[in-house]
Amino acid sequence: MMHNKTITELSAGLEAGEFSSVELTQTYLDRIKLLDKQLNSFITMTPELALEQAKNADAQRAAGNVGLLNGIPLAQKDIFCTKGVKTSCGSKMLEPFISPYDATTISQFNESGAVMLGKTNMDEFAMGSSNETSWYGTVKNPWNTDAVPGGSSGGSAAVVAARLAAASTGTDTGGSIRQPASFCGITGLKPTYGRVSRYGMIAFASSLDQAGPMTRTAEDAALMLNVMAGHDLRDSTSVDVAVPDYRADLNESVEGLKIGLPKEFFSEGLNDGVAKVIESAVKEYEKMGAIIKEISLPTSKLAVPTYYIIAPSECSSNLSRMDGVRFGHRCEDPKDLSDLYIRSRGEGFGPEVKRRILVGTYALSEGFYDAYYVKAQKTRRLISNDFNQAFDEVDVIMGPAAPSTAFNIGELTDDPITMYLSDIYTIAVNLAGLPGMSIPAGFSNDMPVGLQLIGKHFAEAKLLNVAHQFQKETDWHLKAPTAFK
Amino acid sequence: MQWEVVIGLEIHVQLSTKSKIFSGASTAYGAEPNTQACTVDLGLPGVLPVFNGEALNKSVMFGLAVGAQINERSVFDRKNYFYPDSPKAYQISQLYYPIVGEGHIDIDLEDGSQKRIGVTRAHMEEDAGKSLHENFQNQTGIDLNRAGTPLLEIVSEPDMRSAKEAVAYMRKIHSIVRYLGISDGNMQEGSFRCDANVSLRPKGQEEFGTRAELKNINSFRFVEKAINVEIERQMEILEEGGSVTQETRLYDAEKNETRSMRSKEEANDYRYFPDPDLLPIVISAEEIEAIRKTLPELPEAKCTRFMEELGLPEKDAKALTVDRDMADYYEQVQQSIDDAKMAANWLLGDISALNNKKGLEFKDCPVSAEQLIGLLKRIKDNTISGKIAKDIYLAMFEGEGDADAIIDKKGLKQITDTGAIEAIIDEVIVNNPGQVAEFQSGKDKLIGFFVGQVMKASKGKANPGQVNQLLMQKLKK
Repeated sequence: MMHNKTITELSAGLEAGEFSSVELTQTYLDRIKLLDKQLNSFITMTPELALEQAKNADAQRAAGNVGLLNGIPLAQKDIFCTKGVKTSCGSKMLEPFISPYDATTISQFNESGAVMLGKTNMDEFAMGSSNETSWYGTVKNPWNTDAVPGGSSGGSAAVVAARLAAASTGTDTGGSIRQPASFCGITGLKPTYGRVSRYGMIAFASSLDQAGPMTRTAEDAALMLNVMAGHDLRDSTSVDVAVPDYRADLNESVEGLKIGLPKEFFSEGLNDGVAKVIESAVKEYEKMGAIIKEISLPTSKLAVPTYYIIAPSECSSNLSRMDGVRFGHRCEDPKDLSDLYIRSRGEGFGPEVKRRILVGTYALSEGFYDAYYVKAQKTRRLISNDFNQAFDEVDVIMGPAAPSTAFNIGELTDDPITMYLSDIYTIAVNLAGLPGMSIPAGFSNDMPVGLQLIGKHFAEAKLLNVAHQFQKETDWHLKAPTAFK
Repeated sequence: MQWEVVIGLEIHVQLSTKSKIFSGASTAYGAEPNTQACTVDLGLPGVLPVFNGEALNKSVMFGLAVGAQINERSVFDRKNYFYPDSPKAYQISQLYYPIVGEGHIDIDLEDGSQKRIGVTRAHMEEDAGKSLHENFQNQTGIDLNRAGTPLLEIVSEPDMRSAKEAVAYMRKIHSIVRYLGISDGNMQEGSFRCDANVSLRPKGQEEFGTRAELKNINSFRFVEKAINVEIERQMEILEEGGSVTQETRLYDAEKNETRSMRSKEEANDYRYFPDPDLLPIVISAEEIEAIRKTLPELPEAKCTRFMEELGLPEKDAKALTVDRDMADYYEQVQQSIDDAKMAANWLLGDISALNNKKGLEFKDCPVSAEQLIGLLKRIKDNTISGKIAKDIYLAMFEGEGDADAIIDKKGLKQITDTGAIEAIIDEVIVNNPGQVAEFQSGKDKLIGFFVGQVMKASKGKANPGQVNQLLMQKLKK
C-alpha cells in the first residue's frame, strides 16, 4: 500500500515509475476524504493546489530536475503562512486571513518539489498540549479517538500516524512537536533554536519557537530537515551554521555512545507504564553497545514555571498585532477604537490564549517585570548551564517525552496546571535552545510511548543517527493504528 | 516668588537611510499612502524585523559628534501599546541599553557666553505610521509609509533654563545632524521633531518641580512659543498656590495654548522587554574608530578654522557655520575669489536677507555657488560696481541666468574710461554751482552728494573709486 510507505520508499517508487506523484497525491486525498472525519486533523484542504503541484513534480522529474522531496505529499501545520491559502493558526482571529506571502519553510518545500495536501489543525496559536484549544475543534488520536493527539502540533501528528500524508511539519515552543509525536507514535524532531527559519511562522514565543519535521522514521526526518534547515536573512535569530546532509551519519554505530539519564526525569509524576517502556528502550541501546550514565539536571524543576513566564510574556506582545485593524477578525459595527479592539480581540481569541495574554501582560507590567521576566531569564540561563555541564559527560540525554500516554479528550481541560505539566520533560529543552526528538519506543495500555532524545546545539545529525539505529533494531515506528492501516 | 524654569528636550531625528530600519521598503517622503509599506511594515502574522546597519552607523556618528560614550552592545526592546498607526502594537526601541550614552553640546547664549547642555542618551527606534482623519467619513485612514522609518531619539538633561536656551539647543542639534548628513532635518516633513519637558521651581530650590511634557512640536518658532505659554500657565497655577499636574500636553499653534492630552494616571504601561526577534547590536571599538574617521568637520571646528585661517570675526564665522550648506557654499566661493571678507559679506548680507524674506532654507537658494563666483569676479575685475552687482544678484535669483549674460544683456558694464567719467563730473559741477561753492568753503561732507549725482547720471555704471578720485581732483582745483 502506497500510504504505508516512508518518504524514502515513496521517492524510490516515484523514481522507478511505479506510480506518479499525481496518483500518490490522489491516494492521500482520497484517504483524507474517507478517514479524516474521524480525526479532524485538517483545518484547510488544498486538493487543487496539491494536484497541480503533483503534476508539476511529475513534469520536473521527467525533465530530470528532481528536488529532494519531489512529488511527496505533505501536510503543513496551519501556523506557516502560505500564499493564497487560509492561514488560521487554529484561531477564529485569523479565520479570514489569506496569507499574501509564503513562510520560508513553505518556500523551501515548494522548491524541493513537495506537494501540500492541506493545513493541519493545531491548538490556537500553538498554545495547548492537547489540541483542544483549536477553534476548529479537537483533533482525535488515531490510536484511540477518545484520546487527544497531544499538542500543539496535534493535527500534524495525527495525520502522520493515520497515514494521511507521507510526513508533516510541526512547531515546538515547549514540546509541541515531541509531545504529540509521543502521543501518536511517530517520529518528531525539534531542531536547535535558529536551525530552521521562523520567517512566516506565526509567532507564539519568539525566543522558543522552532519548526521541525514530523515523520514516520528518523530517516524521513533527516530528509525533511535537509530541506528545512539553513540560515535565512529574513530571520535575525536563524544561525549561519553549515547544513550537513542529515542522512550521512544515519548508519554510524552507537557503540560507545554515552547516554545520560537525568534522574529528575524518572521521579515523581512519571507514569509507571511509560517508565517501563523508556527503561526497556534504554536497555535496547545498552545492547547495541551504548554506555548508560545517570546524570542530574538539578534546575529542571524550574523549567515549567520559567517557561510560563517567558512564553506568555512574549506571546502577549506577539499577539497584539491581531487587533482587527489590518487583517483577521473584526467585530461588527465598532462604535469607537477601543470598542474595535476589545470586541475584535474578545471575540477572536479563545480562553487559553486569553489566559496566556493576561499572564504575560501581568508579568511584563511595571513593578513586576524584574520579579518575573528578569528572574525567569536568569533561571533560564541556569537551566541551560545544567545541560551544558551534562553534555561534558554524555553525548545524548534520554528520557520520556511526556509523563503519560495520551489522556482522554476533556480530561484535563479544567486543570490547566496538570495540562501544563504534560510538557514537563520537553520544556527545558526549548529554554536551552537544544535539539530534541521523540521516537516511538513501545506501548502502555495500547497507547504509544515516545522516547525523548536530547542533543547538543546543532547535533541534529547525531540525534537522527541515534534514533535511526534504534529503528533498525525495533519496529515500534512501523506500527499503525488499526483503523488507519 | 522668583521661579526658575527647567527644560529638557527629547528630539526625534529621522535618519536618512534609503530603506527602513527593519525592512527593505523605501523611506522616501510623499508617496501614495501604503505604497511603501511591505509585509514587515504592515505587521502581518509571521513577519520578522531585520536591522538595517546604516541606522547604526548614523547613530554612532551622532554619538561621536557630541562626545558621547558609544555602547558596544545595545539592545532593542519592545514598547507595547495599541494604536492603529502602530501596526505590530509595539514599537521597537531601545530602553535599557541605548546605542549612545552620555554626551554634551555647547550652546551660545544671547549675551555671547556659552553653556554646556548634557545629552543623557540617544537611542534608535522605528517611526509609526500616520492616521488620516480627512476624507474618510466617520472613519480613520491609516498610512503606513512612514512606519519603520529609522529614528534617533536624542534625550537631553534638564539643563535649559529658558525657551531661548531650548531653541538654541535644538538648533545646535539640528546643525550637527545636518553636518553629519545623518538626517535631512526637514521639519515640515517631520524629519526633526521635538517633545519638551517643562517645569518650574522656586529659585534656589534643588528639587525639580512637577513637569508637563509638550508633544510633537515641529518648528523652532513653535518650540519657543509653546514653552513660553506653558511657563506662563504653570506660573499662574503656582502663584495662586496650586500645583502642576504631571501630564502630556499638546501645543495648539493657532490658539497659542497648550492643552492636556493625557494625565500620568492615564499613561500607558509600555511593558518594555527585549525584542526576542532581534539580536543585541554589537559594535567593536575598531568599528567605532573607523566611523570616527568618516566624521566631517563639525560647526565648532569649522568656525575656529574660519577665524584662524581666514581672519573672519567670530560673529561672522559662527553665522557662516551654523548651516552646513551655507558653510560649504561659503568655502567654495571664498576659495574661488580668494576674498574671505567679500564672500562673507555677501552671504551674511544680501543673500541671507533675500532668503529670509522669501522664507527659503539656504539649501533651497536658487543661486548656485558657481553663479555667485561669476558675479563676484566681475566686481573684483571692476567690470561692475558693488551696487550694480546687487541688482544682478536679484536677476540671477529670478532665474535670468549667469552674471556675465545679465551684464551683457542689460549693458551694465562699469564705466572705467577716465575721459567718460570726467565728462559726467564736469556736467555735475556745472549744474550744481551752489554745492560746489559750499564744498570749496570747507563742507567736505558734500563729497557724498557729488558721488551720488555722478553715479546717478551714469546709471550706476561709473566706477565708484575712480569717481571719488576724479571728483576730489576737480573740486579741489
